[in-house]
Amino acid sequence: MRIEPKHTQRAAVVILGSATLFTLVILVLIIVFVLEKGLPAVSLEFLFTKPQEMGRAGGILPTLVGTILLPLVAIAIAMPLGVGTAIYLTEYTRETRLTRIIRFGTDCLAGIPSIIFGLFGFIFFVTTLGMGWSLLSGGLTLAIMVLPTIIRTSEEAIRAVPNAYREVSCSLGATRWETVVKVVLPNALPGIVTGMMLSVGRSIGETAAVIFTAGSSLRMPHSVFDSTRTMAVHFYILAREGISNENAYGTAAVLVIAVLLVNMLTYWLMHRFIARKAR
Amino acid sequence: MTSSFTLVPETVGPPTKIAVRDLKVFFGKQMALRGVTLDVPACRILGIIGPAGSAKTTFLRALNRMNELSPDSHMEGQVVLDGQDVYHPEFDPVLLRKRVGMVFALPMPLPMSIHDNIVYGPRLCGIRGRSTLDELVESSLKAAFLWDEVKDRLKTSALRLSGGQQQRLCLARTLAMQPEVIMLDEPCSGLDPISTARIEEALTTLKARYSIVLVTNNTKQAARVADTTAFFLMGELIELGPTSQIFTAPHDKRTNEYVTGRFG
Repeated sequence: MRIEPKHTQRAAVVILGSATLFTLVILVLIIVFVLEKGLPAVSLEFLFTKPQEMGRAGGILPTLVGTILLPLVAIAIAMPLGVGTAIYLTEYTRETRLTRIIRFGTDCLAGIPSIIFGLFGFIFFVTTLGMGWSLLSGGLTLAIMVLPTIIRTSEEAIRAVPNAYREVSCSLGATRWETVVKVVLPNALPGIVTGMMLSVGRSIGETAAVIFTAGSSLRMPHSVFDSTRTMAVHFYILAREGISNENAYGTAAVLVIAVLLVNMLTYWLMHRFIARKAR
Repeated sequence: MTSSFTLVPETVGPPTKIAVRDLKVFFGKQMALRGVTLDVPACRILGIIGPAGSAKTTFLRALNRMNELSPDSHMEGQVVLDGQDVYHPEFDPVLLRKRVGMVFALPMPLPMSIHDNIVYGPRLCGIRGRSTLDELVESSLKAAFLWDEVKDRLKTSALRLSGGQQQRLCLARTLAMQPEVIMLDEPCSGLDPISTARIEEALTTLKARYSIVLVTNNTKQAARVADTTAFFLMGELIELGPTSQIFTAPHDKRTNEYVTGRFG
């Protein structure tokens, strides 16, 4: 029996609509749940004082700092490497067997569980290179972990820049590099930044790779060679060791809000950038 | 720059700007341009007509080595600009493209302001200084008959201009590099008659200072503005002569059929 197109159309709207609604509801539920449980513990004092008794009392200041610094270190290392690789793969090489292998390799890298990166970071950076548990070890490990994301999103963004722009630039006497800097990168920037923010998000929320490489010291880090504890790790330890459920949820709430803020800030910056260009 | 190549002795007419000798261009194994020999005269408009797929664009792109951007292309023959072989290994293609400018078929402003589009090339050449660049913007836009329409909004995005304005901006952008040769690849294919007339007006004024190569699908346009006209067919140069002769008394039967609209 054939169903009337009118009905299939209506069914499609209902099914797709409820799928969207379902996703949104779950997202909101998670956020509300975490905030409801965590916000009572959050105060200015909680944010800006040091923890006491392993975190049973006091605030989360060092972990807040660690959460800000660690992704920064990771991004500072991963961005030049990742964007550079993406530019090389798209602008300076032809599509060959080798580039396909490289691309396949980065895709595989993206699928590796983060704890494997943690293990590698522990063996290589912490032990073999003797960096110890430190911001640097953690940052390097996270950088390796997010590299595939940065490479692939940058590559897609660069590929999406119309080829005609490159030809025009070239016909106006620009070298390939001048074209990349003046035409390709500015137009690929929104996509590149999106990849960067995805990576920041992943780094902020990462636990397994961080606990092995950046350690879990509750002291305030003073240099990249100091160990640090991020909020995600702090939450994990507080909850796992049963130290303080209250403070664990408080930390989770701050983490969720931080991620939201980072995303909102990015969207706002992106919007401004695009609006200014289209003026 | 050394080149052992010497020009073929001049017969009559204007001096030669670019001498093309037995030029062949291949994409992969396929030969797109099949041995073209012609002279681009200085300070004249050379019109190139022919049906789609007759390698007119490939010919233009061979003159400023843009075909090299396609990875599987290679060429044979010679292209000689002012006595220098432009395919000589020591000849810098970037320098060549500054001397031989190009306007593409589709208006393709870069996604930046009108002002920045025009100064893109000059800045790459190392021209600095606000007043110098501003003067260049004004003179180029005036030469492309666009100044009056955009002089109050030079800082707005070039993407906001109409198609005809965008194409004149592209012409102005090419002019701002102060090239010696301007190549236009069907510059009016997407434009209305008034915008087309503006561009043609600009070209006839510009030929006093530049050598112009105009590829066009519109035979009437070639008849209106070109001094000499070349007819391309299937990658070959069929006939080259003064425009009036090509359109009224062509030697080749195929040229006659094309210009009278019996095929193509």
